[in-house]
Amino acid sequence: MRREILPILVFGLLYAGLAALVTHSYYQLILTVVPIWAAMGLAWNVLSGYSGFVSFGHAAFFGLGAYFVALTQIAWNLTPWFGIPAAGLVGALAGLIVGIPTFRLRGHYFALAMLAYPLALMYVFEWLGYQELALPMQRDAPLAYMQFDDHRAYTWLATGLMVFAMLLTARIERSRFGLSLIAIKEDEAAAEAAGVHARRWKLRAITLSGALAGIAGGLYAVVLLVVTPPAVFGMLVSAQALIVAMFGGVATIWGPVIGALVLVPLSEILHAQLADKIPGIQGVVYGLAIIAVILVAPEGVVWKWRARRRGGAEEKPVEDRSIPSSEPVRPDTRQAPVIFEARDLSKSFGGLQAVRSVSLQVRQGEILGVIGPNGAGKTTLFNLLNGFVAPDAGSILLEGRDVTGSSPPQLCAAGIGRTFQVARPFRRMSLLDNVIVAAWLHERSEASARALALEALVLVGLGAYVRRTAGALSNKQLRLLEIARALAARPRILLLDETMAGLTATEVEELMTLVRTLAARGLTIVIIEHTMQAMVRLVDRFVVLDGGAVLTEGEPARVTRDPAVIDAYLGRRWRLANA
Amino acid sequence: MDAPQLVENFLQALTAGLSTGAIYGLLCVGLSLIFGVMRVINFAQGDFMMLGMYVAFYAFAVLGGEAAFGAYLAPYLSALLAGPAIFLAGILVHGLLVSRVSGMRASALAAEGHYAQLILTLGIALVLQNGALWLFGSTPVSIQTPLASEAWAVGPLYGDRIEVFVNQGQAVAAAIAIGVVVGFVALMNRTRLGKALRAAADNPVAATYMGIDVARAHRLAFGLGVGITAVGGGLLASGVSFQPYAGLEYVIVMYAGVVLGGLGSVSGAFLGGLTIGLIQQLSTLFLPNQLQNAAIFVMFLAIVLLRPQGMFGAASRRT
Repeated sequence: MRREILPILVFGLLYAGLAALVTHSYYQLILTVVPIWAAMGLAWNVLSGYSGFVSFGHAAFFGLGAYFVALTQIAWNLTPWFGIPAAGLVGALAGLIVGIPTFRLRGHYFALAMLAYPLALMYVFEWLGYQELALPMQRDAPLAYMQFDDHRAYTWLATGLMVFAMLLTARIERSRFGLSLIAIKEDEAAAEAAGVHARRWKLRAITLSGALAGIAGGLYAVVLLVVTPPAVFGMLVSAQALIVAMFGGVATIWGPVIGALVLVPLSEILHAQLADKIPGIQGVVYGLAIIAVILVAPEGVVWKWRARRRGGAEEKPVEDRSIPSSEPVRPDTRQAPVIFEARDLSKSFGGLQAVRSVSLQVRQGEILGVIGPNGAGKTTLFNLLNGFVAPDAGSILLEGRDVTGSSPPQLCAAGIGRTFQVARPFRRMSLLDNVIVAAWLHERSEASARALALEALVLVGLGAYVRRTAGALSNKQLRLLEIARALAARPRILLLDETMAGLTATEVEELMTLVRTLAARGLTIVIIEHTMQAMVRLVDRFVVLDGGAVLTEGEPARVTRDPAVIDAYLGRRWRLANA
Repeated sequence: MDAPQLVENFLQALTAGLSTGAIYGLLCVGLSLIFGVMRVINFAQGDFMMLGMYVAFYAFAVLGGEAAFGAYLAPYLSALLAGPAIFLAGILVHGLLVSRVSGMRASALAAEGHYAQLILTLGIALVLQNGALWLFGSTPVSIQTPLASEAWAVGPLYGDRIEVFVNQGQAVAAAIAIGVVVGFVALMNRTRLGKALRAAADNPVAATYMGIDVARAHRLAFGLGVGITAVGGGLLASGVSFQPYAGLEYVIVMYAGVVLGGLGSVSGAFLGGLTIGLIQQLSTLFLPNQLQNAAIFVMFLAIVLLRPQGMFGAASRRT
């Protein structure tokens, strides 16, 4: 993190120094609004860039900040020195109030709902009679009211705000906060299963984002001295925030700043030079510039540059202490205490009864295989056990405690880890970051979370690839990564959903050794498969599902000879023909 | 105000709401087609509508439509002409720009290209708005039709204390809007093209395996979508005056209607637009002028938050 601070400070000083040289009042104003829009872009980025919840409505926070500063100065003579920080609080509060209902939505619905807030506010403020508020001149004590003769002071203030927002972003980016938001963007359900309280982090993000936008709006009011509803709540304010961030590169510290540095002066100067000769030409050029850049660099300038630079970079391999080849020794678990139990679980989707009255008991340290043909309800059972789906009836007990109805992150924290039938890594994150996301659940410092994540990756045999991006992994490696991610949350029970599917015979052997090793370390394992062959040598006990209900259970040798099991798998006629 | 007067005001607002709403519904159907098939949020939709208004205006007033077909018929022919004109413009814009960040190419981009699509369509919107300002100037214009100032009187009812006037211009425009929607639904349900569009919307990968050219389906969906909305714009143009920034006002109305109806459902989009028109007109009865638009947004928010799958059933599966 230290690495990022110095360039930000140097950049801030350079910008402030450059501003000191400019005295022409029009260019001075441009130099002042650039960092304000950069800060606004950074505010948008904290929420939408990192978490992927795209907001079209950041003007709501900006406008509330601007009106708060203007109205408190007019009504109560409150100085902006207090008013602007307080506008941050107003923005934060507005963010929280907007976030609580709106985070029930996802994707396009979230984006469009956000659009409605500033537009509704715009009409409300017009109706309240605040069509045009002018900040009163304070001739007696101008400095106390942030009114400077030398307009460069505004630029320095705005630069300060921009540097503050950049430092804040840098701090967020490498922290638990930032990683959790990125994990939510990549795959919210997988993040929750890895112990990330998605809703909590999103609310924090929108609160902080609203605060920054409120401060930017407050400063904007002071700089321009006049506040009108379209100028602070209008569609263009929200658009500007997202355009500068997307142009420069979302989820980066420098992206919104670069976007503002290029686009704001471009549009302002075009406007000043050409507006009276050819009306609208500045909008056309501005629009064309945006279109051109997005076609060349659809993810923004910064990402394009990073992709080009990364071309030659080689990763440093970490020593690979792979899975031990010797078979671990495991104690007999037949008499071990039951630590995890499902009682009469049922779930139906519409008319389909996916799971009907399933009860099962998992003993401490055992490897329990859940098998059944396709559509037997295996994955739905796991979704019930880790909290993705609430049961219609029945209960789940962890060490005798009823945990029915707990959320996935709560169950993860309680010790239930899982993997997915179709691997769900955070594709654009490194392997190490993938696992650190989960490691934060029980670790308090970055160093220890990192150490735990590395340990988990080395244990599953991925130690050599920790810096690689998850999207580049093979099927087996993805399976291992998911196990490592689950392990980093320190589970006591690990639910493995068809971990062996699609692997070669050799790979299956490797994974079986890993599973036995984990069990030998005291982890309890429930594993789903729909083929029986490999499982017979792995598990201590089988539960056989068919048509959503438990068909039978018992030790492998007995279950594989059970006529009912053979019927479910191969059909009755096959058994009779081969009898 | 006594009771019959209230009833009369209500019926008057209801009539106005239904006729405006039918045109809003048509606007929404165009947007919904694009979203349903391509999963792209098109911010330039309102500006294509604005172009449709200008196409209709120029066809009517400048290129001699009025002289050739008379002031009664020409406004509606001009509005219909906006459809194919903007259809072609849409095909062009899709081929040159939108196709580069959507469809099959988008899967490699961050968030399936959503960021790139948003910013690209915002850029297109800026170019269209300001290009129109440059070409057409900022003076508001409208299509003058004598029908706009003629009305059918319904009533007197209730012992000649209630009389409702139906604006003939609006009523004819609404009827044409409904006709276009019916024609479009028939196209979607009855023709091979419609089948291809629905298949591409439902599952692009499976559609490709079935031999459907998904890229072509997207191109046609975009063209048809902006074309349909442009017809709606052309119909609006004979009732209200407009300028190059008109798109901005209606893009919100369109999204409100489409989300109300459930993203991606054509019939839902029409009903959603109709509802927005009704809310807008009925709110004149009890809200001050400035708050009418606020009412749309508050209503919109309430419905999105309470029933994100839309009011009219048809839930969209892949958002």
